[in-house]
Amino acid sequence: MSTTDYREISHNGLWKNNPALVQLLGLCPLLAVSGSVVNALGLGLATTLVLVGSNISVSLIRKTVSDAVRLPAFVMIIASFTTCTELLMKAFTYELYQVLGIFIPLIVTNCAILGRADAFASKNKVGASAFDGLMMGLGFALVLIAVGAIREVLGSGTLFAGMDLLLGPVAEHWTITLFDNYSGFLVAILPPGAFIVTGFLIAIKNAIDSELERREKAKRTAPVVKGSKRVRTTGTIT
Amino acid sequence: MAFMKISSPHATRSGNTGDVMKQVILACLPGLLALSYFFGPGSLMNVMLASATAVACEAAILKLRNRPIGFYLQDYSAVVTGVLLGLALPPYCPWWVVVVGTASAIILAKHLYGGMGYNPFNPAMVGYVILLISFPVEMTQWAAPLPALEEGQSLMSFSGALQQIWLGIPIDGYTGATPLDLFKQNDTLLVNDFYQAESLFATGHFAGAGWEWVNIGFLLGGLYLLWRNIFTWHAPISMLATMFVLSALFYDGGSSNSAGSPLLHLFSGATMLGAFFIATDPVSSAVSTKGRLIYGAGIGALVFLIRAWGNYPDAIAFAVLLMNFAAPFIDYYTLPRTYGHSNSRRATEKSE
Repeated sequence: MSTTDYREISHNGLWKNNPALVQLLGLCPLLAVSGSVVNALGLGLATTLVLVGSNISVSLIRKTVSDAVRLPAFVMIIASFTTCTELLMKAFTYELYQVLGIFIPLIVTNCAILGRADAFASKNKVGASAFDGLMMGLGFALVLIAVGAIREVLGSGTLFAGMDLLLGPVAEHWTITLFDNYSGFLVAILPPGAFIVTGFLIAIKNAIDSELERREKAKRTAPVVKGSKRVRTTGTIT
Repeated sequence: MAFMKISSPHATRSGNTGDVMKQVILACLPGLLALSYFFGPGSLMNVMLASATAVACEAAILKLRNRPIGFYLQDYSAVVTGVLLGLALPPYCPWWVVVVGTASAIILAKHLYGGMGYNPFNPAMVGYVILLISFPVEMTQWAAPLPALEEGQSLMSFSGALQQIWLGIPIDGYTGATPLDLFKQNDTLLVNDFYQAESLFATGHFAGAGWEWVNIGFLLGGLYLLWRNIFTWHAPISMLATMFVLSALFYDGGSSNSAGSPLLHLFSGATMLGAFFIATDPVSSAVSTKGRLIYGAGIGALVFLIRAWGNYPDAIAFAVLLMNFAAPFIDYYTLPRTYGHSNSRRATEKSE
């Protein structure tokens, strides 16, 4: 790839090749910690950070590391960035770190990250790789936040509860209570809810895609009626 | 002499899905009558609300899927799902519980998997389980049965029931634990003393007042369906037999450690409803004869295991769903031998 198409990269990361909705990578954290917006945002940001860092580093060393040992090298890089992120979260958002628990170190095993390192960063320049990491991470984070918001609204009837865990005292009063005396559709908070909500999101994405494709096709093949409007009954015009 | 030539089909009974489903609804009546007699009008209202919701959801989804609405509604499968879920829910639970449960049953468990005939799980039981894990408070309050009511109390009136279901105005003194709930909490008394101490058991005969009759009602309905050849005996009988054997083994002579007598397990909770109306679901159960025996036994064993040592007092829904998972696997290993072949085939074998 000689010229870097940033529009293409962002379209790929956010929509066409979205890690969560299309590649279905990193489903474990997606399903496990998307019970509320704050958890989703926290893990989404952490994943994005690791993804950008690992993509940059992998791209930098792409000419020195031989093909045979590339995967262990990539995993080492990803693990180091994950450890950095973990330490950062421990230092600045300790309560959220405790809530997310094991899923922060488990970012290492998120296939979306290793997948991007191998499929994109090891073949492209640093700038493009960093941008790709950012877009893929944002795509993942946005889906995570969407799932988190839907599950939080259905399961506990609130939105943005406990955002101060991540953003500090500014966000202390952000909690929006949508329903008073809501008894909670608990299944949305429980693991089955994550599967159901993610399934619906994928369905919606596919429906939008096929609708767009249909419109595109209709536009391309729309008959242009010009000139005579008489009905032709026989013969062919060449 | 010339015989009249008659060509196939020779079956005289129509036997289409709609007729079968209507028979199933008819067979629910004895159980529903017993429920209404002992617990008041709550179950009847549940059944009506659930069937109406089921039909509405079915019609809406069929419209979304561009399927013929009238054709599919005539098979009554949505009504059956609604009726069964309505019977399983506690009487006088709030209206939104019934609506959410029925909608999840029809939309999530049935139509997302492809509609009638394609659902791997029993829709009514999926609806029930979603409700049970989502709204534990509403789902564990049963009404007190007629014989166990206090002096001067009568069954819930029609208007009282409507108020409680639609407006959420709770009327005290009508809720109580089920026999299985009570039994689960007992860990100090001998079974006989426990039966005398609890009015629910003292006013009943062998499995808790009201509950024994409800189960006998469903048993009668099930026997009617068996007589009409709606399903075969294998799954229900093997389920009941397994539960009987296990509960007899762990009765422990009626000590305080007892897991309950066989009569309690067979005639309390949702046993008979589950055995004759849920385990016989033609879509989600195993299909071969041997497979149905295994499927029923699996349900019976799981029900007893969860009742005796699990966290929930009753377990028909969980057991049925777990065995629904296993049904394709059971079918794979129990393919019957085809006439003319020495060995039975494997389900994954390629046809030559």
